[in-house]
Amino acid sequence: MLEINNVHTFYGNIHALKGVTLNVEQGEIVTLIGGNGAGKTTTLRTICGLMAPREGSLTFEGEDITKYKAHELVAKGIAMVPEGRGVFSKLTVTENLQMGAYHRNDRENIRKDIEWAFDMFPRLGERRSQLAGTMSGGEQQMLAVTRALMSKPRLLLMDEPSMGLAPVLVDVIFDAIGDINEQGVTILLVEQNAHMALQVANRGYVLQTGEIVLSDDADALKDDPTVQKAYLGLE
Amino acid sequence: MTSQEKLWQAVKVGLIAGAVGLSVCMIGLVESFNQRDIVSEQLTLGQALLFSTAVVAAYLASRSHQNTLAKFIHGLLSGVSAAIPIFLLILLSISWETIRDSFINVSPDLLSIITLANESPVTGGLQLIGMFAMVALFGIVLAIMSKPIRSALLTGLGWTIGLGMMSELLSGILRSRLSRETLDILFGKSGINLIPTIILLLGISISSYWWKRAGSEQFETVRQNLSPQQLTWSNRVWRAFIIFVVLILPSILGVYLTEIINNVGLYILMGLGLNIAIGLAGLLDLGYVTNFAVGAYLMALLTSSSDFGLASPISFWVALPICVLAAMFTGFFFALPVLRMRGDYLAIATLGFGEIVRVLARSDAMKSIIGGAQGILQIPQAQISGPIAGFFGSILNPINDFLGNYDLGILASDEGTIIFNNPPQLYYLLVLACLLMLFISRRLNDSSTGRRWMAMREDEDVAAAMGINTTNAKVIAFTLSAASGGLAGAIFAAKLGSIYPNSFQLLISVNVLSLIIVGGLGSIPGVVVGAFALVGIPELLREFAEFRLLFYGIALIAMMLVRPEGLWPSEASKRELHGEENEPIPDERYEIGDAKYEKAPT
Repeated sequence: MLEINNVHTFYGNIHALKGVTLNVEQGEIVTLIGGNGAGKTTTLRTICGLMAPREGSLTFEGEDITKYKAHELVAKGIAMVPEGRGVFSKLTVTENLQMGAYHRNDRENIRKDIEWAFDMFPRLGERRSQLAGTMSGGEQQMLAVTRALMSKPRLLLMDEPSMGLAPVLVDVIFDAIGDINEQGVTILLVEQNAHMALQVANRGYVLQTGEIVLSDDADALKDDPTVQKAYLGLE
Repeated sequence: MTSQEKLWQAVKVGLIAGAVGLSVCMIGLVESFNQRDIVSEQLTLGQALLFSTAVVAAYLASRSHQNTLAKFIHGLLSGVSAAIPIFLLILLSISWETIRDSFINVSPDLLSIITLANESPVTGGLQLIGMFAMVALFGIVLAIMSKPIRSALLTGLGWTIGLGMMSELLSGILRSRLSRETLDILFGKSGINLIPTIILLLGISISSYWWKRAGSEQFETVRQNLSPQQLTWSNRVWRAFIIFVVLILPSILGVYLTEIINNVGLYILMGLGLNIAIGLAGLLDLGYVTNFAVGAYLMALLTSSSDFGLASPISFWVALPICVLAAMFTGFFFALPVLRMRGDYLAIATLGFGEIVRVLARSDAMKSIIGGAQGILQIPQAQISGPIAGFFGSILNPINDFLGNYDLGILASDEGTIIFNNPPQLYYLLVLACLLMLFISRRLNDSSTGRRWMAMREDEDVAAAMGINTTNAKVIAFTLSAASGGLAGAIFAAKLGSIYPNSFQLLISVNVLSLIIVGGLGSIPGVVVGAFALVGIPELLREFAEFRLLFYGIALIAMMLVRPEGLWPSEASKRELHGEENEPIPDERYEIGDAKYEKAPT
């Protein structure tokens, strides 16, 4: 579904991605784990068009996507849950969800999808007319996830959904990731919390200083001694 | 804190207030304020400013004490301390005869003010200390009062001082309406008389107290008991009343005040335009004067009968839309190179554009086209003639006859031509332009484009990831924002009849930005309120023009500390800065005829 081949991305002169190659198949949950500064977020930003690769190819459903800008990719079926949630803090929950459906025109279905989002996370339904910025981190993350889904994506990119959340809410979010995937949305999940990520994912890639150093089934990665040592905190 | 420390604290507060008092003396503020009387021949604005330091010091020092006696002791001590720096200035001026060589503002006039016009400076200084102690009592009384009474009294004081300062204008407005005897009772030689002032103070304070205590509640109850039909009617009556007041305003205010309102109107136009870029789209544009200049210069080039104008100049009305379009084109053009810039960088780049345009206009290179530093002269006023003027005349003349003294200010002349050359006529032109821009701003704010801007202002990347074309949104914001500036510039050129590059200084951009901030970022009514506060009031205080920037600075700092959301904030920033955590916004919000919202199902 998504194929990334030998992608190089730069911040000015800083070589952030040094030939990243990965692929995501239809219906999968694929996780990309790695430490701080490994290039996880840069990979996502490159996929969704916020940064342009200097070299390499990106194809989505067989089509070259490097020529599209970020806002055009939404209509192609790629949505993103940005790092640090990025909710519109001065808009209400409902308004945030409406923004997620920005490129859609079917008003009636948008209304239904907003109700669907409130069914998925009843907490959001209770706070539907509250300002997003006044909610807790977990609630904001729920909003960020459902907002991304409002554009009816086939591929969902998630950037560290567990960051800064209480453990109990991390569980809620990861349960939701499983549910969303069961409904047919393919997911590429970037995480520092490798333990949680490998539990929910089918396959995983390990990224280190801009390069993929390992890739395998999630279960195999969980048992890999280097992964255990570096990312799972096991000796 | 020991009692000794508390006393020292009071002295410290007093000395700080005194230092402020001393510095306003030394910069010449007291002396120039002394030219205005608040109460005719009793109290000048300068004295009020000086004594207010003691009131504030005494209030601050006594506020923190519970015991009334302690309040008095600390308040008095603080008030007297506030006089000390000024007393030292008096002593210094005695021992140092050539003090004016170093401190130019320590003039005999100033010394006479601070020595209370006494023969001997030392006696005068001691009397000043006595006066400070007396006014400190007022500050202490303020601290003892309960909060509602205090705020009512301060409201009354504010209005009384404001009206007292404006007494000349007030008497000018009332002169033709009241009899000579009544005027003599109200106004003295240089201001409002003492007794009317006291009545005014008490009247405003008491009514303000009543309104806060019971009046607003009663008003609400009455409103709630109205049937929906009655409510629509009362709204209609209110609206009709406001329209009526707006229409006859020039004849109430007279030519001078109308001219000031016209200047405010120009700034409202520019403020509404800049508000689109900064308030709605979050693009910090510091070169807004560019659009104003483009509108003005193009109007001049198209209509002027001087050498720089067209061979056959076109009329104001044809030129006006061309100027607006040209400004929009400039906005579009300047948006292109700065599309990838954000925040501070964008501000610096636009700042540069503003200066480029001004320097170009003044340069010799462009002199043959737009006149260089001498500018362009002989720009004709807007006028309506022929059948259209006849049409207006046939409507306006009977109304004017009916209104008599309060006529509409536009009188079709015998030749059937209406010329927009007087402030009242320009006033109507500007009101029309402002209404148009208010309407457009409002619709934009509620449109899907407005929503796009709002998302972009919060987070550009996330907005792009939601499918919003941010490039597009930015270009639209800059282009539409420029339109209003061009309109203001075009009217400005026709209003003045001549334009010079120096009319398009950076300061205009700064003024427009300040008025948006003071009014409330992103708020449309805020622009109007901000323009009156920052442009209208300083125009009224012409003789203090040299202190204008000082007041701007103080006003901006005070606003940021006390009301960061602005005088009339937009709903969003009100929600943000003063919203109760977890307090749901009532669902009624979704009913306000807004196409983009659906009513939240309950």
